[in-house]
Amino acid sequence: MTRLGRCVLGLVLLGSAWAAVALAPPGLRLPEPYRQVLLPLPLYLLVAFGCYSLATVGYRLATFNDCREAAAELQEHIRTARDDLRRRGLRF
Amino acid sequence: MAAGSADKFSVLLPTYNERENLPLVVWLLARTFQESGINFEIIIIDDGSPDGTQEVAEQLEKIYGSDKIVMREIISVPFSSGTAYIHGMKHASGNFIVIMDADLSHHVSPSFMYSGFNLKQKEGNFDIVSGTRYKGNGGVYGWDLKRKLISRGANFLTQVLLRPGASDLTGSFRLYRKEVLQKLMEKCVSKGYVFQMEMIVRARQLGYTIGEVPISFVDRVYGESKLGGNEIVSFLKGLLTLFATT
Repeated sequence: MTRLGRCVLGLVLLGSAWAAVALAPPGLRLPEPYRQVLLPLPLYLLVAFGCYSLATVGYRLATFNDCREAAAELQEHIRTARDDLRRRGLRF
Repeated sequence: MAAGSADKFSVLLPTYNERENLPLVVWLLARTFQESGINFEIIIIDDGSPDGTQEVAEQLEKIYGSDKIVMREIISVPFSSGTAYIHGMKHASGNFIVIMDADLSHHVSPSFMYSGFNLKQKEGNFDIVSGTRYKGNGGVYGWDLKRKLISRGANFLTQVLLRPGASDLTGSFRLYRKEVLQKLMEKCVSKGYVFQMEMIVRARQLGYTIGEVPISFVDRVYGESKLGGNEIVSFLKGLLTLFATT
């Protein structure tokens, strides 16, 4: 199954479970405290995921390495390379 | 089979207008491989560059020997990473293939090919070793905050949707076993960034093992070519396509 397929399947299963709780007729409802938690759950999860995403991307952005030594090393390599190649007969 | 002294590394370098950078890349690679005692060849696949890239490649062939430098041109087929690799592999005599950019953005330091890709491959007998900018002491130079944010954001989205088991999917500095690359080339159809992503995703599907090595990406051209809206849109389209078809 494709990733999209699995994702849709998962959402459908969880969605129906949630709908069963949300749309249950008065006779079959879960006790009130449970309903109070379960009904807004999808929204809470969405918001939680949003916060997690922001925090993760923010953290990764802040810790994104700046390779200064690599850049400096590269400049030096370029100089050495050009000299050596010229000596070996390369016409730039 | 782990890498040993009988191994040969074939480096595939697709080029377009790299007259300035090509000699430097070749020099760096040659020195790195020679210092590490690794048998190598460099295959340059040129897209009909008008700036004399091929002429420089021919000079390099004379300097290093035609067993070490091979130059091929693609003229009749649309040029993309995919066609360049296919074309390049036909002439590759190594059992390991390194793909990388020819514009010096993939920093090749003397300790790098050896302790980086080679050692990692030996360590886990991996089928693929992928250079990552996002882990260990990997990183970039020359990007502003906005560019870094887009990069991290796109990568996060990719991780969430594809859960690929590799931290840097759009990178193109990688080592493949030759037969693994050949198999993957048959299966991958996308272009550009997405092509590199598809390779990793398909590799996972086929059960290949992937190791990672931190790399430095030194961007000297960023000032000239900012990441445009078009590229972002096509990246998203490609990502969603992979999400829906794999």
